[in-house]
Amino acid sequence: MEQLFFYIFALVAIVSAVLVVSVRNAVHSAFYLIICLLQVAAIFILLRSPFLAAVQVFIYVGAVMVLFLFAVMVLDIGREKTKDYIHSQWLPAVGVIIALLLVLGYLVKGGKLSAELGIYNEAVLAKNTEVIGKALFTQYIFPFEVVSLLLLVALVGAIVLVMKDKTRPRKNNGVGS
Amino acid sequence: MLTISHYLILSFILFSIGVAGVLLRRNIIIVLMSLELIFNSVNISLAAFSYYLQSLNGTIFVVFNITVAAAEVAIGLAILVSVYRTRKTVNVEDLDEMRY
Repeated sequence: MEQLFFYIFALVAIVSAVLVVSVRNAVHSAFYLIICLLQVAAIFILLRSPFLAAVQVFIYVGAVMVLFLFAVMVLDIGREKTKDYIHSQWLPAVGVIIALLLVLGYLVKGGKLSAELGIYNEAVLAKNTEVIGKALFTQYIFPFEVVSLLLLVALVGAIVLVMKDKTRPRKNNGVGS
Repeated sequence: MLTISHYLILSFILFSIGVAGVLLRRNIIIVLMSLELIFNSVNISLAAFSYYLQSLNGTIFVVFNITVAAAEVAIGLAILVSVYRTRKTVNVEDLDEMRY
Protein backbone atom coordinates (compact mmCIF):
# COMPACT_ATOMS: atom_id res chain seq x y z
CA MET A 1 0.00 0.00 0.00
CA GLU A 2 2.74 2.39 0.99
CA GLN A 3 4.60 1.45 -2.17
CA LEU A 4 1.57 2.22 -4.30
CA PHE A 5 1.28 5.68 -2.76
CA PHE A 6 5.01 6.27 -3.22
CA TYR A 7 4.73 5.47 -6.93
CA ILE A 8 1.70 7.75 -7.33
CA PHE A 9 3.45 10.66 -5.60
CA ALA A 10 6.70 10.08 -7.47
CA LEU A 11 4.97 9.86 -10.84
CA VAL A 12 2.97 13.05 -10.31
CA ALA A 13 6.07 14.84 -9.00
CA ILE A 14 8.20 13.86 -11.99
CA VAL A 15 5.50 14.69 -14.55
CA SER A 16 4.82 18.09 -13.01
CA ALA A 17 8.58 18.79 -12.75
CA VAL A 18 8.97 18.05 -16.45
CA LEU A 19 6.05 20.38 -17.14
CA VAL A 20 7.69 23.12 -15.02
CA VAL A 21 10.71 23.21 -17.29
CA SER A 22 8.86 22.64 -20.55
CA VAL A 23 5.78 24.89 -20.39
CA ARG A 24 6.12 28.32 -22.00
CA ASN A 25 3.88 30.40 -19.79
CA ALA A 26 5.62 31.36 -16.53
CA VAL A 27 2.35 31.34 -14.55
CA HIS A 28 1.52 27.78 -15.67
CA SER A 29 5.05 26.82 -14.74
CA ALA A 30 4.54 28.23 -11.24
CA PHE A 31 1.33 26.23 -10.79
CA TYR A 32 3.00 23.01 -11.90
CA LEU A 33 5.76 23.77 -9.43
CA ILE A 34 3.13 24.04 -6.69
CA ILE A 35 1.86 20.55 -7.62
CA CYS A 36 5.41 19.21 -7.49
CA LEU A 37 6.05 20.78 -4.07
CA LEU A 38 2.83 19.27 -2.68
CA GLN A 39 3.94 15.82 -3.87
CA VAL A 40 7.28 16.35 -2.13
CA ALA A 41 5.35 17.19 1.05
CA ALA A 42 3.46 13.90 0.68
CA ILE A 43 6.75 12.08 0.30
CA PHE A 44 7.95 13.68 3.56
CA ILE A 45 4.90 12.13 5.22
CA LEU A 46 5.87 8.74 3.77
CA LEU A 47 9.29 9.32 5.36
CA ARG A 48 7.57 9.71 8.77
CA SER A 49 8.27 13.41 9.20
CA PRO A 50 4.94 15.25 9.15
CA PHE A 51 6.69 18.31 10.58
CA LEU A 52 8.72 18.65 7.39
CA ALA A 53 5.59 18.21 5.31
CA ALA A 54 3.86 21.01 7.20
CA VAL A 55 6.90 23.27 6.86
CA GLN A 56 7.08 22.45 3.17
CA VAL A 57 3.44 23.38 2.62
CA PHE A 58 3.65 26.55 4.71
CA ILE A 59 6.92 27.95 3.44
CA TYR A 60 7.21 26.65 -0.12
CA VAL A 61 3.61 26.51 -1.26
CA GLY A 62 2.48 29.35 0.98
CA ALA A 63 5.29 31.86 0.84
CA VAL A 64 7.78 31.08 -1.90
CA MET A 65 5.27 30.37 -4.65
CA VAL A 66 3.24 33.47 -3.78
CA LEU A 67 6.48 35.42 -4.10
CA PHE A 68 7.09 33.83 -7.51
CA LEU A 69 3.59 34.61 -8.75
CA PHE A 70 3.95 38.15 -7.43
CA ALA A 71 7.22 38.55 -9.31
CA VAL A 72 5.62 37.22 -12.51
CA MET A 73 2.81 39.73 -12.07
CA VAL A 74 5.14 42.67 -11.33
CA LEU A 75 7.48 41.89 -14.20
CA ASP A 76 4.65 41.42 -16.68
CA ILE A 77 6.33 38.45 -18.32
CA GLY A 78 3.37 36.12 -18.11
CA ARG A 79 2.35 36.99 -21.63
CA GLU A 80 5.84 37.14 -23.06
CA LYS A 81 5.79 35.23 -26.31
CA THR A 82 9.29 34.30 -27.24
CA LYS A 83 9.46 31.99 -30.20
CA ASP A 84 12.55 30.12 -29.06
CA TYR A 85 12.38 29.62 -25.32
CA ILE A 86 15.21 27.11 -25.24
CA HIS A 87 18.70 28.41 -24.53
CA SER A 88 21.05 28.33 -27.52
CA GLN A 89 23.57 26.23 -25.58
CA TRP A 90 21.15 23.30 -25.52
CA LEU A 91 23.52 20.75 -27.08
CA PRO A 92 26.26 20.90 -24.38
CA ALA A 93 23.53 21.24 -21.77
CA VAL A 94 21.88 17.97 -22.84
CA GLY A 95 25.30 16.32 -22.77
CA VAL A 96 25.87 17.55 -19.22
CA ILE A 97 22.44 16.29 -18.11
CA ILE A 98 22.96 12.83 -19.59
CA ALA A 99 26.41 12.58 -18.01
CA LEU A 100 24.93 13.66 -14.67
CA LEU A 101 22.22 10.99 -14.91
CA LEU A 102 24.83 8.33 -15.70
CA VAL A 103 27.03 9.31 -12.76
CA LEU A 104 24.08 9.47 -10.36
CA GLY A 105 22.74 6.11 -11.54
CA TYR A 106 26.15 4.53 -11.08
CA LEU A 107 26.43 5.98 -7.57
CA VAL A 108 22.94 4.81 -6.53
CA LYS A 109 23.54 1.35 -7.95
CA GLY A 110 26.95 0.87 -6.33
CA GLY A 111 26.41 2.63 -3.00
CA LYS A 112 25.36 0.97 0.21
CA LEU A 113 24.61 2.30 3.67
CA SER A 114 27.50 1.66 5.99
CA ALA A 115 26.81 4.06 8.84
CA GLU A 116 25.32 2.62 12.01
CA LEU A 117 21.72 3.28 12.94
CA GLY A 118 20.88 6.05 15.37
CA ILE A 119 18.36 6.15 18.19
CA TYR A 120 15.54 7.85 16.31
CA ASN A 121 13.51 4.84 15.22
CA GLU A 122 9.88 4.93 14.22
CA ALA A 123 8.55 4.78 17.79
CA VAL A 124 10.59 7.84 18.81
CA LEU A 125 9.64 9.69 15.64
CA ALA A 126 5.94 9.27 16.42
CA LYS A 127 6.26 12.51 18.39
CA ASN A 128 7.87 14.15 15.42
CA THR A 129 7.50 17.85 16.14
CA GLU A 130 8.48 17.45 19.77
CA VAL A 131 11.65 15.55 18.92
CA ILE A 132 12.67 18.05 16.24
CA GLY A 133 11.90 21.00 18.48
CA LYS A 134 13.99 19.62 21.31
CA ALA A 135 16.94 18.98 19.01
CA LEU A 136 16.58 22.38 17.37
CA PHE A 137 16.61 24.29 20.63
CA THR A 138 19.33 22.34 22.41
CA GLN A 139 21.85 20.66 20.17
CA TYR A 140 21.38 22.91 17.12
CA ILE A 141 20.75 26.24 18.84
CA PHE A 142 23.75 27.97 17.24
CA PRO A 143 22.87 27.18 13.61
CA PHE A 144 19.29 28.09 14.48
CA GLU A 145 20.38 31.56 15.58
CA VAL A 146 22.64 31.96 12.54
CA VAL A 147 19.76 31.06 10.23
CA SER A 148 17.46 33.55 11.92
CA LEU A 149 20.10 36.25 11.37
CA LEU A 150 20.34 35.15 7.74
CA LEU A 151 16.59 35.57 7.33
CA LEU A 152 16.80 39.08 8.78
CA VAL A 153 19.62 39.99 6.39
CA ALA A 154 17.66 38.56 3.45
CA LEU A 155 14.59 40.57 4.45
CA VAL A 156 16.52 43.84 4.69
CA GLY A 157 18.46 43.04 1.52
CA ALA A 158 15.31 42.34 -0.48
CA ILE A 159 13.75 45.63 0.64
CA VAL A 160 16.91 47.61 -0.13
CA LEU A 161 17.31 46.01 -3.56
CA VAL A 162 13.83 46.88 -4.81
CA MET A 163 13.51 50.25 -3.03
CA LYS A 164 13.24 53.26 -5.26
CA ASP A 165 15.99 55.71 -4.41
CA LYS A 166 14.32 59.05 -3.73
CA THR A 167 16.60 60.74 -1.20
CA ARG A 168 19.93 60.73 -3.00
CA PRO A 169 20.37 62.43 -6.39
CA ARG A 170 21.16 59.80 -8.96
CA LYS A 171 24.64 59.94 -10.43
CA ASN A 172 24.25 57.43 -13.25
CA ASN A 173 21.48 58.94 -15.33
CA GLY A 174 19.24 56.61 -17.25
CA VAL A 175 20.02 53.60 -15.09
CA GLY A 176 17.49 52.65 -12.49
CA SER A 177 13.82 53.22 -12.53
CA MET B 1 9.02 -2.77 0.63
CA LEU B 2 10.36 0.69 0.01
CA THR B 3 14.10 1.02 0.26
CA ILE B 4 16.27 4.10 0.35
CA SER B 5 17.10 3.55 -3.33
CA HIS B 6 13.51 4.38 -4.31
CA TYR B 7 13.75 7.77 -2.65
CA LEU B 8 17.26 8.41 -3.95
CA ILE B 9 16.29 7.58 -7.53
CA LEU B 10 13.27 9.90 -7.30
CA SER B 11 15.51 12.59 -5.85
CA PHE B 12 18.09 12.20 -8.61
CA ILE B 13 15.47 12.29 -11.36
CA LEU B 14 14.07 15.52 -9.92
CA PHE B 15 17.60 16.91 -9.59
CA SER B 16 18.34 16.17 -13.24
CA ILE B 17 15.09 17.80 -14.35
CA GLY B 18 16.02 20.85 -12.28
CA VAL B 19 19.48 21.03 -13.82
CA ALA B 20 17.88 20.71 -17.26
CA GLY B 21 15.63 23.65 -16.45
CA VAL B 22 18.52 25.79 -15.27
CA LEU B 23 20.62 25.01 -18.34
CA LEU B 24 17.94 24.98 -21.02
CA ARG B 25 15.43 27.73 -20.31
CA ARG B 26 16.00 31.37 -21.23
CA ASN B 27 13.39 32.95 -18.97
CA ILE B 28 15.21 33.85 -15.76
CA ILE B 29 12.18 33.33 -13.53
CA ILE B 30 11.84 29.73 -14.73
CA VAL B 31 15.54 29.27 -14.03
CA LEU B 32 14.82 30.31 -10.43
CA MET B 33 11.89 27.87 -10.28
CA SER B 34 14.17 25.08 -11.47
CA LEU B 35 16.54 26.01 -8.65
CA GLU B 36 13.65 25.39 -6.26
CA LEU B 37 13.19 21.96 -7.87
CA ILE B 38 16.84 21.20 -7.16
CA PHE B 39 16.45 22.32 -3.54
CA ASN B 40 13.46 19.99 -3.18
CA SER B 41 15.20 16.98 -4.63
CA VAL B 42 18.08 17.47 -2.20
CA ASN B 43 15.56 17.77 0.65
CA ILE B 44 13.98 14.44 -0.34
CA SER B 45 17.33 12.74 -0.31
CA LEU B 46 18.30 14.25 3.06
CA ALA B 47 14.99 13.23 4.63
CA ALA B 48 15.34 9.71 3.20
CA PHE B 49 18.81 9.32 4.67
CA SER B 50 17.55 10.67 7.96
CA TYR B 51 14.74 8.11 8.07
CA TYR B 52 16.73 5.09 6.99
CA LEU B 53 19.72 5.86 9.23
CA GLN B 54 17.36 6.66 12.12
CA SER B 55 19.21 9.88 12.75
CA LEU B 56 17.77 13.34 13.19
CA ASN B 57 20.56 15.30 11.51
CA GLY B 58 19.05 15.06 8.03
CA THR B 59 15.66 16.30 9.19
CA ILE B 60 17.20 19.28 10.98
CA PHE B 61 19.26 20.00 7.88
CA VAL B 62 16.10 20.00 5.75
CA VAL B 63 14.57 22.60 8.08
CA PHE B 64 17.62 24.83 7.67
CA ASN B 65 17.65 24.14 3.94
CA ILE B 66 14.06 25.32 3.55
CA THR B 67 14.89 28.50 5.49
CA VAL B 68 17.91 29.22 3.31
CA ALA B 69 15.80 28.55 0.20
CA ALA B 70 13.23 31.10 1.36
CA ALA B 71 15.97 33.69 1.89
CA GLU B 72 17.47 32.82 -1.49
CA VAL B 73 14.14 33.28 -3.26
CA ALA B 74 13.54 36.65 -1.59
CA ILE B 75 16.96 37.96 -2.60
CA GLY B 76 16.84 36.34 -6.04
CA LEU B 77 13.49 37.85 -6.93
CA ALA B 78 14.60 41.25 -5.60
CA ILE B 79 17.67 41.09 -7.85
CA LEU B 80 15.40 39.97 -10.69
CA VAL B 81 13.10 42.96 -10.21
CA SER B 82 15.99 45.43 -10.19
CA VAL B 83 17.55 43.78 -13.25
CA TYR B 84 14.23 44.04 -15.05
CA ARG B 85 13.95 47.70 -14.13
CA THR B 86 17.35 48.55 -15.58
CA ARG B 87 17.42 46.22 -18.61
CA LYS B 88 13.75 45.58 -19.43
CA THR B 89 14.49 41.94 -20.16
CA VAL B 90 14.24 38.58 -18.43
CA ASN B 91 16.10 36.66 -21.09
CA VAL B 92 19.22 35.02 -19.71
CA GLU B 93 21.08 35.35 -22.98
CA ASP B 94 20.66 39.13 -23.02
CA LEU B 95 22.43 39.45 -19.68
CA ASP B 96 25.90 38.69 -21.03
CA GLU B 97 27.91 41.69 -19.84
CA MET B 98 30.33 39.57 -17.84
CA ARG B 99 30.98 37.13 -20.67
CA TYR B 100 34.61 36.99 -21.82
